[in-house]
Amino acid sequence: MNLVQILRIAMRALARNKLRSALTMLGIIIGVAAVIAMVSVGQGAQEQAQRQIAAMGSNVLFVGSGTVSRGGMSMGWGATKSLVYDDMSAIVRECPAIKTAAPGTNATAQIVFGNDNWNTRVTGTEPQFFEIKVWPFQEGAAFSQSDVDSANNVAVIGETVRKNLFGATDPLGQTIRINNLPFKVVGVLELKGTSPMGDDQDDTIVAPVTTVQKKMNGQTWLRWIMVSAISREASFAAQQQITSLLRDRHRIRAGQDDDFFVRNLADFAQLADEQSRLFTVLLASIASISLIVGGIGIMNIMLVSVTERTREIGIRMAIGATEGDVQQQFLIEAIVLSLIGGAAGIGLGMGASYMITNTLGWPVLVSTKAIMAAAVFSAAVGIFFGFYPARKAARLDPIEALRYE
Amino acid sequence: MATITQPGLEAAQSRETTTLIRVADVHKYYELGETRVHALRGVSVEIGRGEFVAIMGASGSGKSTFMNILGCLDRPSSGQYYLEGTEVSSLDKKQLAAIRNRKIGFVFQGFNLLSRTTALENVELPTLYAHISREESVKRANDALELVGLGDRKLHYPSQLSGGQQQRVAIARALVNRPAILLADEPTGNLDSRTSVEIMDVLQKLNDKGLTVVLVTHESDIARFARRTTQFRDGKIRHDDRISDRPAASEILKSMPSVED
Repeated sequence: MNLVQILRIAMRALARNKLRSALTMLGIIIGVAAVIAMVSVGQGAQEQAQRQIAAMGSNVLFVGSGTVSRGGMSMGWGATKSLVYDDMSAIVRECPAIKTAAPGTNATAQIVFGNDNWNTRVTGTEPQFFEIKVWPFQEGAAFSQSDVDSANNVAVIGETVRKNLFGATDPLGQTIRINNLPFKVVGVLELKGTSPMGDDQDDTIVAPVTTVQKKMNGQTWLRWIMVSAISREASFAAQQQITSLLRDRHRIRAGQDDDFFVRNLADFAQLADEQSRLFTVLLASIASISLIVGGIGIMNIMLVSVTERTREIGIRMAIGATEGDVQQQFLIEAIVLSLIGGAAGIGLGMGASYMITNTLGWPVLVSTKAIMAAAVFSAAVGIFFGFYPARKAARLDPIEALRYE
Repeated sequence: MATITQPGLEAAQSRETTTLIRVADVHKYYELGETRVHALRGVSVEIGRGEFVAIMGASGSGKSTFMNILGCLDRPSSGQYYLEGTEVSSLDKKQLAAIRNRKIGFVFQGFNLLSRTTALENVELPTLYAHISREESVKRANDALELVGLGDRKLHYPSQLSGGQQQRVAIARALVNRPAILLADEPTGNLDSRTSVEIMDVLQKLNDKGLTVVLVTHESDIARFARRTTQFRDGKIRHDDRISDRPAASEILKSMPSVED
């Protein structure tokens, strides 16, 4: 018997009980649709994480003061005061793997404009910061190096700050008060969105590092240096060059812990990627449970069908069907059931994915890999759950089966 | 009736000279808990090519068990069964399925057609398991239906056919793989007397063309159309007689009142 004939027999048997077949398929349809929708949501999240990582800047390394751990005790960021501006100049000058760097320090401040006020963090840095972060301006421009040199009261504001303080007013050229000091707004940054860690990156004000150091924090040291490596491949070398340079400059002897840390954002990227992949796997596994439930439905119906068709099985055996022929017939029926269900489920899953995007606004990515996996998975469900009923049919005694009423 | 070539038809002249079936001291018993039920207690019989044998006996006489063994649906507990010289009682299930498919044609009391499947498709069914080409199986199924006089009902479903017509479809199905023997188990049990004679007419005509027919019945009215009757009682053959003056079913039909089919 060739495959076309087998499929025809299977289709006919399924068409005999249309409602029952449709209900059985529903289990698989829902299972496959759930897997596809969930994987799509997971992959959408993964994609978004990757986009956010790309938005953090290209080949960025982050040098922070303080250590992550000292003597087994976590000291945290900013626990030391040894990172200084000259360190940054030295990094740019002496590390071949580095393209550019920007110094930085932070402060939290209350910003007032007119009757509105807003609490946010102020980043003190140099103009290269925007270049390293790949952060364009929607209005105005970065403050200049001379603003940094003379510690001028100029500020660049993020979108969140603009929205909250200015509303419809054009902020450019306006004077805002940061911790009671007047600052002139020279630029407004483009919307950057949420960081992979969940912060609102647009809720920020950027000012010259010297201004923040002297007029707001009263410090001379830096909290961090943001470094851009010449290429992605060079970022690991850059990390090592910075580490050995700073150890040297800070006179740290072998065996002693660093008083700074260098974090490669590529590591971050990897972590975020792994997390969202885990998220995808988790969603997919939950959805797979419904696929298994659907498979049990198939098994149930196939067992009923074998009992109902005992006489047919007897006839087929009497006229020469082997156990293998009978088993194949019922197995193909189960597979056809689950494959049709799978196909419908793929459609429904894709529909559901687009609906999630449209109604919830979540980023969703329907991948062909997920669709293929769903198709293979549903066939596997058919084979797995169809096997036992098919085996049962094949094992029937033809004499008994012929006598069955 | 159209003719189709049947293996063994050429042997019509040398009827009853070659042995088709040889059963030697066959026993069959079933274990039912503690007790052992002896269904067959040493049956030995030979059936030649082209014979028309009626197996008779009351229920419980062992005739159905014997039929199942002849049909390779069951295996004897002891003894030998040679079909065309092959000892089939030692074959495995797969080989038995192949024998049933190619050498044996079954006709049952309850017709046993697949409903929602046309007459033609029902007749084609055994060819699907015989791995022959599609064209060949369609041709054979058509020929077999013509042979039983249902050339005009090929696309009817069993529910659209009368009992007699359904049984003819079943006979056509039994013939489609050109078997060595046709086994009919109470083929007229569900039919009225005229239709029963019609079916016997079909079987007689097939036998006249050389087909070996083994018929199980408990009605002597039906058994008389055979050429030989074998009486079973208590798992043994008690009588084995040749019928010298067998009536032609076609002649009987002429004298029977015609009923709407």
